[in-house]
Amino acid sequence: MSDQRIGGPVGMAVAADPVGPSGPPSPTARQIVGRSPGQLAWIRLKRDRVGMTSGGVLIFFILLAAAAPLVQRLYGKGPQERFPRLLDRNGNPLGYLGGIGPSHWLGVQPRLGRDIFIQVVYGLRTSLMVAFVAAVVTIALGILIGIVAGYLGGKVDAAITWLIDLTLAFPFFIFCFAFVPMAVAQFYGPRDQEPVWFRPALLVIIFALFNWTYTGRIVRGQVLSLREREFVEAARASGAGTGHILFRQLLPNLWAPILVVFSLNVPSLITAEAALSFLGIGILEPTPDLGRLISDSIPYVRDDPAFTLIGGITLFLLVLAFNLFGDALRDALDPKSTR
Amino acid sequence: MLRFALRKLLLAVSTLIAVSVLTFGLFFVVPNNPAELMCGNRKTCSPEQQAVIERRMELDRPVVSQYSDFMKGIVTGRTFGEGATARRCPAPCLGYSFRNDEPVLEIIKRTLPVTLSIVSGAAVVWLLVGISIGMVSALRRGTVFDRLAVGTSLVGASMPILLFGPLLLIVFVYEGGLLSYPQYTPITENPAKWASAMFLPWLALGFLNSASYARLSRAQMLETLSEDFVRTARAKGLPKAKVYGRHALRAAITPIVTIAGLDIGTYLAGTVITETIFGFTGLGKASLIAAINLDMPVVMATVLLAAVFVIVANVIVDALYAVIDPRIRLG
Repeated sequence: MSDQRIGGPVGMAVAADPVGPSGPPSPTARQIVGRSPGQLAWIRLKRDRVGMTSGGVLIFFILLAAAAPLVQRLYGKGPQERFPRLLDRNGNPLGYLGGIGPSHWLGVQPRLGRDIFIQVVYGLRTSLMVAFVAAVVTIALGILIGIVAGYLGGKVDAAITWLIDLTLAFPFFIFCFAFVPMAVAQFYGPRDQEPVWFRPALLVIIFALFNWTYTGRIVRGQVLSLREREFVEAARASGAGTGHILFRQLLPNLWAPILVVFSLNVPSLITAEAALSFLGIGILEPTPDLGRLISDSIPYVRDDPAFTLIGGITLFLLVLAFNLFGDALRDALDPKSTR
Repeated sequence: MLRFALRKLLLAVSTLIAVSVLTFGLFFVVPNNPAELMCGNRKTCSPEQQAVIERRMELDRPVVSQYSDFMKGIVTGRTFGEGATARRCPAPCLGYSFRNDEPVLEIIKRTLPVTLSIVSGAAVVWLLVGISIGMVSALRRGTVFDRLAVGTSLVGASMPILLFGPLLLIVFVYEGGLLSYPQYTPITENPAKWASAMFLPWLALGFLNSASYARLSRAQMLETLSEDFVRTARAKGLPKAKVYGRHALRAAITPIVTIAGLDIGTYLAGTVITETIFGFTGLGKASLIAAINLDMPVVMATVLLAAVFVIVANVIVDALYAVIDPRIRLG
């Protein structure tokens, strides 16, 4: 972010300069310091308490997920380990709140007797991994298509706009239902065991195919307004090729909106991944997953409501932290926006 | 006006045709052996069984004529197989589910009312509650009400239905004992039972969507209130209620109508998670079951139907624009 200035005249970020006449006089106002738009955004973000808190929660979740094997070693229980002695005759956990106690921090799973805490930790890992990879692929696809449509215009633009409308008309969930079982059946016969990476990879592909439209539209809109600017004209006049203009001149000016779209895309992908796994067509056993953990808990919601709530609240906190941080990031990068 | 309508209609039809070709291709052309996929228990599927399926579903014919037969069937109906095993599928024939041994249309007729009930009630809740909270909070900006509404809607917009649905079940059914577990009753049989079964899904979907609609309409209203025409209307002495209620509201609500149209269209296609949590068999649940069983005709029909919902919702929204916002001229 800090070298954004080098990229030439900066669209959004210049407009976002807070050191205007209306800005509050700060103690450092007397000595004029040159700051890049990235530094300014960071200063604004640091002042945002909600943003910093949600950012902290996010870092906690990400570290917890990344260090899952370490957590397993310290905690002393694996995701597949079973503790049948902690269940009563009906398969319900002994003790209060689903068996929450000093040795099992979030209780044990009914019937299977697995430790819920370690399931949640590994589930976070799956959720975050799928969502991050899918978001990166989605954004890359969206940038590529949006930048091409916006800059080239004309027939290419019309065709891409129609493609976006077509993609939006496809019902995402129903299409996933149709696509996932079929793709699995296509690659693996009835007796084959699917490899562990297959489902996550399939989900990433589906999410990318359906989600690029949003990024694509935003990038296209930004490029439409940027391409008439002088620096693009200057580049064209000095004989730059289309590729150079697209990716060396236009792209550096798009990082701010792209970053915001990315941070708001991840939570919606986390929700979608959890939903598909909840419905039984996402991540399968034995890979731990938050959505499937909730779906496993639904039959026991009457006898062991704590189990359902633990999975749900983890998902909720994760999504909430991402959304709040995304909002804060948008405010920091573009303080003019009212939302 | 007429040209606009024609162009929109043409675009809608072309999108629909593209969706139908793509789904058809995906289900009946891409798999190397569609008959084996649809065989039921794939582990025990013998070549003879596969041949029967292939003949009955006419999978052995050229793809183009399969597609045109499907389209013709919607208008005229068609018959699958011949002799004693022949199955009649009356118009409008959306395919025949050999798994359930009934026309796909029957499955849709059974499940669509459930989804329709859920979505219609929930949409009323979220539009009324969400938009009015957003509007009031924009007009009373900075007050306790506004801050409370902003906070609640921020949290509510991040609430996954996977948490909120079970939470409602725990509070109202299992721990509170205020309601019994929902059981769908058609409205024509017993409206009171219908409403009480629908209460929890309405609350779940209604609350979750209210949050995002409140956020959206607050932002829209704030933007509209700062526009010149509102100031002019106030300056010429119009009463507040008239300025806000008639002038500002109409401008602010236009983008909300767009999103509401898309949302309702998408939800009609399937509120599958809500249906699963509360134990209803609606359109979404039916298509999920069909997909897991690889019952392709049902899945194909539901994908098409869902696309129709989204596209029709889009056309209606476009038409509504001109009615709501006088600044928009169709042309």
